[in-house]
Amino acid sequence: MNNRGEPEVDQHQGSDQLMTRRRYRRLLLYLFLSISIVSVAPLVIMTWANYHQYEEAFHTEQLRPIVRFTSNAKHSLEFFLKERLSALSLVVNETSLKDLSDQKRLNRLLRHMKNAFGGFIDLGLVDADGRQVSYAGPYKLQDKNYKEHDWFHEVSRNGVSISDVFLGYRKLPHFVIAVRHDVPDSESYVIRATIDTELINRQILGLQLQPSSEAFIVNRKGVLQTPSRGFGDVLEICTLTVPPYSHGAEVMEILDEKGKPLIVGYAYIESSPFILMLVAYKGEMQGSWLSLRRELAIFLSISVVLILGVVFLGSKYMVKRLREADMKRAEIMHNMEYTSRMAVIGRLAAGVAHEINNPLAIINEKAGLLDDLFSMSEEAPPKGKVLKTISSIINSVDRCSKITRRLLRFAKHMDVHQEQINVNLLLEEVVSFLEKEAHYRGIQVTFQIPENLPTIESDRGQLQQVFLNIVNNAFAAVEEGGQVEISAEETENKRLAVSIADNGSGIPEENLSHIFEPFFTTAKGHGTGLGLSITYGIVNKLGGEIHVKSQVGEGTNFTVIMPVKTNLS
Amino acid sequence: MKPLSVLIVDDEEELVAPLIERLKLRGIDAHGMTTGQEALKCLATSMFDVVLLDVKMPGLSGLQILKEIKDNLPNLQVIMLTGHGSEQDAQEGLDLGAFDYLTKPVKIDALIQVLKKAAGRDAEETK
Repeated sequence: MNNRGEPEVDQHQGSDQLMTRRRYRRLLLYLFLSISIVSVAPLVIMTWANYHQYEEAFHTEQLRPIVRFTSNAKHSLEFFLKERLSALSLVVNETSLKDLSDQKRLNRLLRHMKNAFGGFIDLGLVDADGRQVSYAGPYKLQDKNYKEHDWFHEVSRNGVSISDVFLGYRKLPHFVIAVRHDVPDSESYVIRATIDTELINRQILGLQLQPSSEAFIVNRKGVLQTPSRGFGDVLEICTLTVPPYSHGAEVMEILDEKGKPLIVGYAYIESSPFILMLVAYKGEMQGSWLSLRRELAIFLSISVVLILGVVFLGSKYMVKRLREADMKRAEIMHNMEYTSRMAVIGRLAAGVAHEINNPLAIINEKAGLLDDLFSMSEEAPPKGKVLKTISSIINSVDRCSKITRRLLRFAKHMDVHQEQINVNLLLEEVVSFLEKEAHYRGIQVTFQIPENLPTIESDRGQLQQVFLNIVNNAFAAVEEGGQVEISAEETENKRLAVSIADNGSGIPEENLSHIFEPFFTTAKGHGTGLGLSITYGIVNKLGGEIHVKSQVGEGTNFTVIMPVKTNLS
Repeated sequence: MKPLSVLIVDDEEELVAPLIERLKLRGIDAHGMTTGQEALKCLATSMFDVVLLDVKMPGLSGLQILKEIKDNLPNLQVIMLTGHGSEQDAQEGLDLGAFDYLTKPVKIDALIQVLKKAAGRDAEETK
């Protein structure tokens, strides 16, 4: 109780309706997690989806130029080779064997071809046995036999040949192109030329690749035909594996020997042993993608942090407000219960005051009579009469003290505590409060309670309030001479059912579902409409149930079902 | 002068008996009834100057008896006797024609004064 005698709301006490601090923390956690998940998950999913889309698009955009480059380079190289082969073909087809065998003529041809096409180092006429019968060029290769050379075998077989790159006499890389000329009814002969790879190198360099990228040529055995910055020198085995054959330009993604990811565009140069390789380091090409990815990550991180922050603060605020509302509701409920109890006590007090007046009036008259008898008469009154009068006064005093004791007993049970309660005695006590009214209005109150009814463990004061309220309502409902029947029985599941039935006016069906609502009343202008609502609240708090059945014109039956043991904590 | 006759109607026998005795000691012809029905029967056959009527009675209530008296004996003055908490009923009694009301427990002198006033005897005594 506080200083005004009102019950204080214990802010930290748990109940069915007031959650403990731990439960509020749990609620905060659930709220935070659920809202966070709902808010953040779509963002993360969208970002993830966008990330993959961007990555895919970026990846495609990375590969496309490489394929294009490779394809363009392939065509350039093929044209280069085809041009020189065509030149050689023209020479071999348009120049007679006699002219080709002529040294001076051959030198002149070589000079023209050098001027026209570039890249030609020497020119030679090779007979069907592989012997170079005529040679124009810087080396002494006259009469050299190429019978065992691959290019000779190839040209003998196919009519044209482009050889692998090899180091010549000056240890410079070059390759041979050869064209066979068939003479009807005579032996065929071959015109061969050595081509300097420098032109090819310059063509490759002219591709204008990224600084981190490079292009080079390997043969079908993986031997480098042109120099490479990162994969070996000319005529060394390239550290990259030979790609599979493809008609057009292709691209593949592999790892170098150090495990770094590479994008390799490649193309097989037609009618040659060459494979053009265009290599780029994936990581170095991904500058803008990595930048975008970083921005996405930053955006996502900031968004998530902001969302989580707002959700957390919002959840905390909501839980705080909820807790305040719960506290307020509990306080209001407490105050309502207190007010209701005070109202009941007020009614009881009024009833008690009225009840006490009669014995007080009797004492007043009896004592007054004694006074009159002694003061208004010369003779003393008879002893018997005096004693009888005094006895009557004492009886009235007893009657008064019984009445005040009853009220005090009710007021005593203001604090909540659990105890074993004999329901029969409790109900009799409750009815005794209304004894006088029952007497004056001729209301018959009957009890149908078995003797072996188990006691229940609950709060006496609150239970008293519940039954007093219901019995009061029953009295209000019945006419003069009406009946109120109170019965109790044990039900299954360790519960006790107490029924209070009257033969009053009854409650219309449309009102039945509302009677436990706060402020609902059919007694216009009378009552606050809180009585049954508070009763309902108290019964629920004590772990019980309250039901009502009614028939207009026949009466109403309230049944309160209580557990044998109430958990008040 | 004929003594003032009073009919006391109250369900508390323990209250009526000593009151009758005290009033008789003071020269008032007092009689008592403990139920409304008996009181009305008595009033039908006997003459009284004033009725002292308790508000809260079982069966026929004080107000119902008052109404009956006023319907049948409009000149008969009635004084309502009320306990604390029944002032509203007493006021209703005044509206129905009761002369006055007193609250229990009653001082005997105050009671006699009101009874005489109701019976119109106080003016005569003043004379």
